[in-house]
Amino acid sequence: MHGGVDRSARPPEMAAPGPTNGWNPGLRESATFDRNAIAEIQRAAREGMYDIRGFGAKRRVPHFDDLLFLGASVSRYPLEGYRERCDTDVVIGTRFAREPVHLDIPITIAGMSFGALSAQAKEALGRGATEVGTSTTTGDGGMTPEEREHSRILVYQLLPSRYGMNPDDLRRADAIEVVVGQGAKPGGGGMLLGHKISDRVAEMRDLPVGIDQRSACRHPDWTGPDDLEIKIEELREITDWRVPIYVKVGATRTYFDVALAVKAGADAIVLDGMQGGTAATQEVFIEHVGIPILAAIPQAVESLVDLGMHREVQLIVSGGIRSGADVAKALALGADAVSIGVAALIALGDNAPEHDPGYREIGSAAGYYDDYQAGLDPAGISTQDPALAARLDPVEGGRRLANYLRTLTLETQTLARACGKSHVHNLEPEDLVALTIEAAAMARVPLAGTSWIPGTITTP
Amino acid sequence: MATADVTQAGALSFEFDLAAATVRELNERLHRVDPERPGGRVLVRNPGGKHAIAVGLDAPYEVEIAGHVGYYCAGMNKLASVRVGGNCGVGVAENMMSGAVVVEGSASQSAGASGRGGLLVIHGDASARCGISLKGLDVVVRGSVGHLSAFMAQRGCLVVCGDAGEALGDSLYEARIYVRGSVAGLGADCVEKEVRGEHLAEVSELLARAGIDDVDPGEFRRYGSARRLYNFHVENLGSY
Repeated sequence: MHGGVDRSARPPEMAAPGPTNGWNPGLRESATFDRNAIAEIQRAAREGMYDIRGFGAKRRVPHFDDLLFLGASVSRYPLEGYRERCDTDVVIGTRFAREPVHLDIPITIAGMSFGALSAQAKEALGRGATEVGTSTTTGDGGMTPEEREHSRILVYQLLPSRYGMNPDDLRRADAIEVVVGQGAKPGGGGMLLGHKISDRVAEMRDLPVGIDQRSACRHPDWTGPDDLEIKIEELREITDWRVPIYVKVGATRTYFDVALAVKAGADAIVLDGMQGGTAATQEVFIEHVGIPILAAIPQAVESLVDLGMHREVQLIVSGGIRSGADVAKALALGADAVSIGVAALIALGDNAPEHDPGYREIGSAAGYYDDYQAGLDPAGISTQDPALAARLDPVEGGRRLANYLRTLTLETQTLARACGKSHVHNLEPEDLVALTIEAAAMARVPLAGTSWIPGTITTP
Repeated sequence: MATADVTQAGALSFEFDLAAATVRELNERLHRVDPERPGGRVLVRNPGGKHAIAVGLDAPYEVEIAGHVGYYCAGMNKLASVRVGGNCGVGVAENMMSGAVVVEGSASQSAGASGRGGLLVIHGDASARCGISLKGLDVVVRGSVGHLSAFMAQRGCLVVCGDAGEALGDSLYEARIYVRGSVAGLGADCVEKEVRGEHLAEVSELLARAGIDDVDPGEFRRYGSARRLYNFHVENLGSY
């Protein structure tokens, strides 16, 4: 947003006045009016406008960290690392598509637009994903020739804005993702601020150069599940039933959303928790709408099981995936694959220490940067400035992403073998326990050391 | 330039009876294009209100549909001319790229949604959200249009020979709207603008391409974006 670059009121050094810097025990910070709350009131009073930023939710919510694997012991035996196989392949679109998507690893790259990201960043994502045999996804701005060229498996999103929507691209895609919502802003439309609407972005989106784009939040030609069913039928007819059709929803009323998407004919469900990232959204939206992915996965799986569609309609989950532990826990709760967005950008170089001087020049710091909307990214990722974008080498970025994806896969296999599983999909809720009562209730696994799962499992 | 004149000359390439065959079979046949002789005249009988008829065409066909159709008829059309003899369900010619789609009857909601090129002519009325999210397609409606027509329209023209419903052109970008009759209400940031020579010429040309010769182009008023919402401003708070 206009004042978004001025973050002088939010210094990265958050250390309280301590013994070495004039600590005064008489100073007490309010838990309610903490420094972030005070800074936001001051910013709002100064600018008269909500804060728009990128990244995902920053508040602490129950997450995969609150779960642990039990591992094997006397009652079940583990698999040997390196010597005994633990497969990681996933097939998506087995329900209706003539050509389902075959992934070598259960980790995909989430939808991010050219516009939000530089062409170099999109190319790097394609290179990294292709190197390890997984898919990338277009975003709210159409398909660029570069990303098609560098992505062996490319998922084409159909969004409410329909920017750049083109039947030729639809026919070029390996899968289609009908985007109903995203975790960062379930119920909200896309946003791209004027300084990122370059000539090329404007041309692709049929917009005037330099405007603050505010996209629609509802699709222009369908409302509700009955229309969605016909919309999916049309997309299948256009593509001759060749490729899978995914439906992406932000995590909210997940049990029902999943049931309705399955009923509408989806091949796969993409479920994005509230921690999922965004290129530009009101902070109030990012932090206060939607539910954590931990709470959403069991609802989605329950819905699929109730319909007899678990593993028949694949479930891809996202929102705060960082490590192989997160991947393994998501799969154990019943997902078929995960998607990463923010983590992939970090692998490319977002928030890297070497860019710290650049971040400080624009009022942020490495490790804190979230102003993806501003287009000033010193890492050259969330920008349309040619000079900044040139700082990201797509080959080197792709290599880093491939390294990261390999690491996630190896970590996931390590945990699966420890639980005695010869395929990562054989992980199950029975392998998990929770560290907190909240996580036990949300994930529907027992509190560690007990057989207690708070709350009764009832269909709402 | 696309015109709505779907030629009746020439022999039929093939005829398809949707009472005896499926929409899948029809679309599969239409997608099988002979690169030596792309397109051809096609007659579709007994459409029976079925959905997704003649979608994703990518060749200079002349498709005549003898009856009413359901949702998304001629969706994402490229190059082809499609004439619907009856009424249309939701989203006729949605996201069409080029060519021409002509509806003899009336159209349901979201006619021409997000269309990017070509010409859509509706000889009856169009329901709500006609020309929503328009991106370069020209839409000519002989009758009236419902509420929220040309909502967030970005490029292209909407010509309405009858009346327009509430919230016309809400959150409009650079699309141009011409209405001959009354407008129940303008949406956010949509204002009436002066009709100059180039606009009169544009309406005349669109009416001619639509084959409408009994309407005076001089009777239309023009509406467009005030461009006040193009950038976020505190003073626009009430409009967000």
